[in-house]
Amino acid sequence: MTLSTITRATLMKDLRLEWRSKDAINAMLFFALLVVVVFSFSFDPNAEESRQIAGGLVWVAFLFAAVVALNQTWARELRNQVLDAYRVSPAPANSLFLAKAIGNFVFVGVLEALMTPLFIVFYQLRAVGPVWQLVPVAVLGTWALVVNGTFFAAVSIRTRSREIMLPLLLFPISIPAIIAMVNATTAILTGELSIRVWIVLLATYDVVFTIACLLFFEMVLHAE
Amino acid sequence: MIRIAGLIKQFGPFAALRGITAEFAAGSLYVILGDNGAGKTTLLRSIAGLARPTRGSISILGNSEVRDACRDIGYMAHPSLLYDEMSGMENLRYFAGLYGISDDGRSENVIRGVDLDPALTRPVGQYSQGMRQRMSLARALLHDPKILLLDEPFSNVDYRSALEMVKLIAQLRDSDKTILLVTHQATLLEDVADEFVWMEAGQIVSRTRELKLLETR
Repeated sequence: MTLSTITRATLMKDLRLEWRSKDAINAMLFFALLVVVVFSFSFDPNAEESRQIAGGLVWVAFLFAAVVALNQTWARELRNQVLDAYRVSPAPANSLFLAKAIGNFVFVGVLEALMTPLFIVFYQLRAVGPVWQLVPVAVLGTWALVVNGTFFAAVSIRTRSREIMLPLLLFPISIPAIIAMVNATTAILTGELSIRVWIVLLATYDVVFTIACLLFFEMVLHAE
Repeated sequence: MIRIAGLIKQFGPFAALRGITAEFAAGSLYVILGDNGAGKTTLLRSIAGLARPTRGSISILGNSEVRDACRDIGYMAHPSLLYDEMSGMENLRYFAGLYGISDDGRSENVIRGVDLDPALTRPVGQYSQGMRQRMSLARALLHDPKILLLDEPFSNVDYRSALEMVKLIAQLRDSDKTILLVTHQATLLEDVADEFVWMEAGQIVSRTRELKLLETR
């Protein structure tokens, strides 16, 4: 029984549950779609203005939509108190955390893959810089959102108003990552600046917070 | 063998357990009785490691840390502790993985043992309450624990199925397992229980082999 075996089993279980219920994906897609449509009616930017604001709009939309999925992550474990079955087992706490974080990464990744073409169409986006650089920004940025989101969603599951508690905890701590994601995306779209510093910042942020979450998750899981 | 010494569990200012000291021997079935709020479930959760003692200690099979003995404990709670969207077999296969059990027929056997059909493909959420209870018992038995903590296993189970469960529980006791069972249907276990334990206001106030000695309460 290894960390990777249980992580994989828990991840597969979560993907199977999501495939059957589609709770998180449907809620996220609907929310993100609303944001895209409402913003596109609210602003009428020209091509250059679109490149300047799209980075911020895209990541804010993904952040808000991700919160919807993050709230679902642990709600599923609270039904029938299934989390207690995990807590009484010898399975390592970090397997559960990693499986949930990877699962959320997949869900938000799917959302991004589906919503990005819509953003391009609605805002008539055409990147001036190298588009391939959006891939590492998206990967590192999405992990930054989901790793802290998964952790703070676990922290807030036992609070009475957890839907409000999660953004209250998550958004302030995500500010450095959001700044890096938005600036890197804008730099790629406008082709004006190098994104190296933002990539380094995102990677550092991911490493630091992944380690911190892994260190403290056992305490959160077994808290009463 | 379970040894509890001076166990106190407080939730804020409320003391759910007030200094419980008790021993529970191997190969015995203990039926824990008491009014609602007497502390029965909190006692089981404390032994399972789900509620940390405010004071006092619990030793399980010589381990003073409950976590070290978790492989030897099977816990069946009042809720099912099962995923409603998955079938019984899918649930058990997942939980078997958490205990490092390679599932070569173990899940199937356990499901048959509680008188359910392992081929049942519909999700647990569509089971009747009684079937869910039996599947929950199967989950607790999956890793063949030495200690079984059963919280109201007969609630919403029809009489015939409850009698079948009693038979199974007696067999498990005979295979040297320690069983602590919380119920409000003590008469079902009158013939098989080794001891009846009465709790009141977070304390064990009486232990007896004869149920009728408690009936005056």
